[in-house]
Amino acid sequence: MISVRNILAIAVKELRSYFASPMAYLIIGLFALLFGQFFYAYLDLFVRRSAGMGQMGGGPSNINQDMIRYVLMNSAIIILFIMPMITMRTYAEEKRSGTIELLLTSPLTDLEIIFGKFFGALGLYAAMLAVTLLDIALLFFFGRPEWRAIAAGYLGLVLLGGCFVSLGLLISSLTKNQIVAGVATFAVFLMLWIVNWTADQSGPTMRAVLNHLSIIDHFDDFARGVIDTKHIVYYLSFIAFGLFLTAKSVDSERWRG
Amino acid sequence: MIEVQHITKRYGGVTAVDDVSFRVDKGEILGFLGPNGAGKTTTMRILTGYMPPTDGKATVAGFDVFTHPIEAKRRTGYLPETPPLYPDMTVREYLDFAAKIKGVPPKERRDRVVAVMKRTHVADMADRHCSKLSKGYRQRVGLGQALIHNPEVLILDEPTAGLDPKQIIETRDLIRSLAGDHTIVLSTHILPEVAQTCQRVVIIAKGRVVAVDTPEGLTARLQGAETLYVQIDAQGAEAGPMLTAIPGVTRVAMSDHREGVHGFEVESARGTDIRRDIARAVVTSGWGLLELRPMRLSLEEIFLQVTTDESAPPPVAAGDSASPPAGDVAQGGVQ
Repeated sequence: MISVRNILAIAVKELRSYFASPMAYLIIGLFALLFGQFFYAYLDLFVRRSAGMGQMGGGPSNINQDMIRYVLMNSAIIILFIMPMITMRTYAEEKRSGTIELLLTSPLTDLEIIFGKFFGALGLYAAMLAVTLLDIALLFFFGRPEWRAIAAGYLGLVLLGGCFVSLGLLISSLTKNQIVAGVATFAVFLMLWIVNWTADQSGPTMRAVLNHLSIIDHFDDFARGVIDTKHIVYYLSFIAFGLFLTAKSVDSERWRG
Repeated sequence: MIEVQHITKRYGGVTAVDDVSFRVDKGEILGFLGPNGAGKTTTMRILTGYMPPTDGKATVAGFDVFTHPIEAKRRTGYLPETPPLYPDMTVREYLDFAAKIKGVPPKERRDRVVAVMKRTHVADMADRHCSKLSKGYRQRVGLGQALIHNPEVLILDEPTAGLDPKQIIETRDLIRSLAGDHTIVLSTHILPEVAQTCQRVVIIAKGRVVAVDTPEGLTARLQGAETLYVQIDAQGAEAGPMLTAIPGVTRVAMSDHREGVHGFEVESARGTDIRRDIARAVVTSGWGLLELRPMRLSLEEIFLQVTTDESAPPPVAAGDSASPPAGDVAQGGVQ
């Protein structure tokens, strides 16, 4: 029923249009810059600390736990800020310019279009992450970090990005105005991050619920290099739910005309 | 090829399309004529599967557009009112993308793109970005997109809107050349277009079909009375009563006069041919008969009558019995 070729056609088209405008380069550059800044700051801190620890005769410090973890946690927050820029145009722009009519009158199913857009945005996100691997490579050049833990961290980043993309698609499908889509997406992402900041003052049930909702909290284990099935399930079901609602939104748009 | 049965579309409280039915045969060009906001675009969007109707059924190339949308869409090419171009793609990239999503096999894609660019005369702009195209080119690239998968059915929403006169003629020629291989529905609010391009016309107003006929048939059926234009080199005062006296004449009106030349509109009941009587009467009176020709309503006048008449039941669809007030016809003919 779902044709991979059609999904690929849409995904490639999406990616192409990102790279046809300065947007993709701006986003990748901005993220690389911020990631680099965190990377440098935490590396500097790590080097000083381990030098100090060495003098005081403490045990060896772990670069995965004491540095990379914090870099990844911080980049997750930056991703939260950058992602609306990637997803805001996906549907809104097609609706504004009328090109959605081409897609919806072509022999494509709604799901093919949605998956195509999802993987297109995820592709740009992957390019964004790939650039940061250059920084990580430096660590391997000078030391011996645990690569599996780093891989787990990046897996977490990809899943987290998938959640942002699926939610961003949904919000973009609700409006014709990409600025509105961007701002609304940003607000929702932010909410999903800070929702558990009041968790400590709440009762035990409420605390569990709030903590579970916080999209960034689930990333902490990945950042530490731990792959926990419960977080994978959380992220995958988040993505699936976002895409499902997007499909409903696109379909209802059709009925409302 | 296309079968539309009792389609109704309501948005909230507004009924955009109200119980529309018509059919289009294979190879035919059907004109969809109506003022802005009459429901043309909505009907076309329903036909192309862009939106479902509130009620009713539509079949394209044998496939119901709601229960088998993919099959129907595979056989339909659609040019929306604004060509759905991606500004950051070149014409070639755009057509290639359209070919991909419309299921043209990868091996044939290149050739199809080249063939379509040739057919729609956009080959010289193949590597130009769509955002940099003029209106005429945008429209033709949009048409190319509709043709790319060689569909059996073409649905064109105002294909000549915004083009200059030369481009309009080219586009019409192109559309005519597509008939036969393709079944075409095109919408327009420009009347000559229908007369020149289409074999059959559906006139739609306020969401309802008010007339379905050939352009010629519409003209003939709407004329409740035959009107002749007669030009004589005599005094109007003398000729008028003489013409009125001819048996079968129901009305005479002087329409123009210059020095020594007078024009009259002479009306008679439908089906009676009084040309010989008029000629004989004029000549026996000793005057010179300078001109004698039947006056036909242009489609434009028909369109105005059909779509502006609010209270009357659809005059054409109802049959021959209904006829508009004769005076209106005559006046319309002169202007």
